[in-house]
Amino acid sequence: MKIHQLSLFLENQPGQMLDPCRVLARAGINIRSLSLADTRQFGILRLIVPDWLNAAALLESAGYVVNVTEVVAVEVGDRPGGLADLMEALEGSGINIEYMYAFPFGRGDRAVLIFRFDQPDAAIERLAAAGIDVVDSVDVYSKVL
Amino acid sequence: MRALQLDRLSSVVERAYERVKLFRSRMQDRGLRPADIRRPEDIAMLPFTVKTDLRDTYPFGLFASPMQEVVRLHASSGTTGKPIVVAYTQEDLDVWTSVMMRSLACCGITRGDVLQNAYGYGLFTGGLGAHYGAEALGATVIPISGGNTERQIMVMKDFQVTAICCTPSYFIHLLERAGELGVDVHELPLRVGVFGAEPWSERMRSHIESASGIRAFDIYGLSEITGPGVAVECPAQQGLHLFEDHFYPEIVDPETGEPLPEGCEGELVITTLSKQAMPMIRYRTRDITTLSSAPCPCGRTLRRMLRVGRRSDDMIILRGVNVFPGQIESALLAVEGTLPHYQIVLTRDKGLDQMEVLVEVTPEVFSDQIGALERLHDKLVGALDQALGLRVAVRLVRPQTIRRGEGKAQRVVDRRNLG
Repeated sequence: MKIHQLSLFLENQPGQMLDPCRVLARAGINIRSLSLADTRQFGILRLIVPDWLNAAALLESAGYVVNVTEVVAVEVGDRPGGLADLMEALEGSGINIEYMYAFPFGRGDRAVLIFRFDQPDAAIERLAAAGIDVVDSVDVYSKVL
Repeated sequence: MRALQLDRLSSVVERAYERVKLFRSRMQDRGLRPADIRRPEDIAMLPFTVKTDLRDTYPFGLFASPMQEVVRLHASSGTTGKPIVVAYTQEDLDVWTSVMMRSLACCGITRGDVLQNAYGYGLFTGGLGAHYGAEALGATVIPISGGNTERQIMVMKDFQVTAICCTPSYFIHLLERAGELGVDVHELPLRVGVFGAEPWSERMRSHIESASGIRAFDIYGLSEITGPGVAVECPAQQGLHLFEDHFYPEIVDPETGEPLPEGCEGELVITTLSKQAMPMIRYRTRDITTLSSAPCPCGRTLRRMLRVGRRSDDMIILRGVNVFPGQIESALLAVEGTLPHYQIVLTRDKGLDQMEVLVEVTPEVFSDQIGALERLHDKLVGALDQALGLRVAVRLVRPQTIRRGEGKAQRVVDRRNLG
């Protein structure tokens, strides 16, 4: 149910994004989703890619420090209130969202969101109980178009 | 002078031998007794004292006076973690006051001068050393200490300051700030600056003198010996006269420790001739200079040392504070658990020295969360602040981005351009 996200440390300077993208491009690895978090000094590039193990090894050998984290992909209705329903399911649980970002594409009338929860297992349980669709990795890497 | 030096040298060696265990055992190892010192040159037989001796005997191991006789302690940074502690009896303070008084007089300061003492007051010897010397001289002392540049400029103007003591880089900073505030230092009564606690160059002197219309003098000293007032420039500005009646200088080869003849460049080694609480025998200053006994146009017969431009170790002097890469390593190690690759970059911004420590992010400390990295950054800043007593900038950088030289990384990049 949880999927693997790669995080890369980048310095906050022009040109820092090109190199990791090239490393993945050369290996034929497609980036399914990403988010770039930034501070004045540095940035963290978070990536969802198929074959994350291979991608992590390639990036590491290109000199990057790579962190692998388990995140949760959740499908919600691509309509007003879709995200609000999901948040409601978590209400009162004490589960915190560390950060989240969306897939740049959905499937049909559904949108896919990536969550970094402080308690991923509790969150999955809670979402499933509320009938919200937690997407597994196979879906994320292959079926989502 | 030779007779006085020999007399004082014999007493100080005897005092150290009788009261300081480390010194006595080193003398015994060489089969030496205090009575073996019959001429000043015999000093070359004695063992050296180095900065790590002060750290290894921290805090009071080299004291030659009981605490009942010690009236003051100062401290400065050691090579790693712990500071080094220095002690003074009342007589030591009187000697220090006397050499500081002579130093300030040598720079043309006298009764009636209003002296702004912008050296830091506290554990650092600069502030109190200049303070007591200037009071003894009869000058009017403003104990403003370091920092708060705008207030410094206001005081300089409103109190009709005629002389200032601070680090040369701080004075340049002060001049720039004064310019921004529309204060022309040329038009103020300020006429003399006594600058020390860090190396500076002739180029900085001409910049200071032309930008402010004052005369800028170099003063030399170190806490281990007494503080400022070991040597000072005279109006001839051709080297610093050493107060040889209290401090016996030698120049040695920094590699072998062999004494070098006069006129050769080497490491300055000083023996305190009158210190009671903490006599220093052949203390290796790590400062590289040359001694000269050529007559000085000012008429003083005290020997001169050239301005210190470099050191024989990796000590960095930042805003008058001594910093060793080892201290930075200990702080980084304490925060991260393992030592990351790092580099110290020194720059000068508006006359003020800045230090930035670049730290490579390692897989052990890297996180997908911004907050965790920001906490790491703040912890590193806090640990360095704690270790150095200085606020320095920390920048997290990508692994493998700090250049590695031939096996050994270049730890310090100095872009301050002392020229």
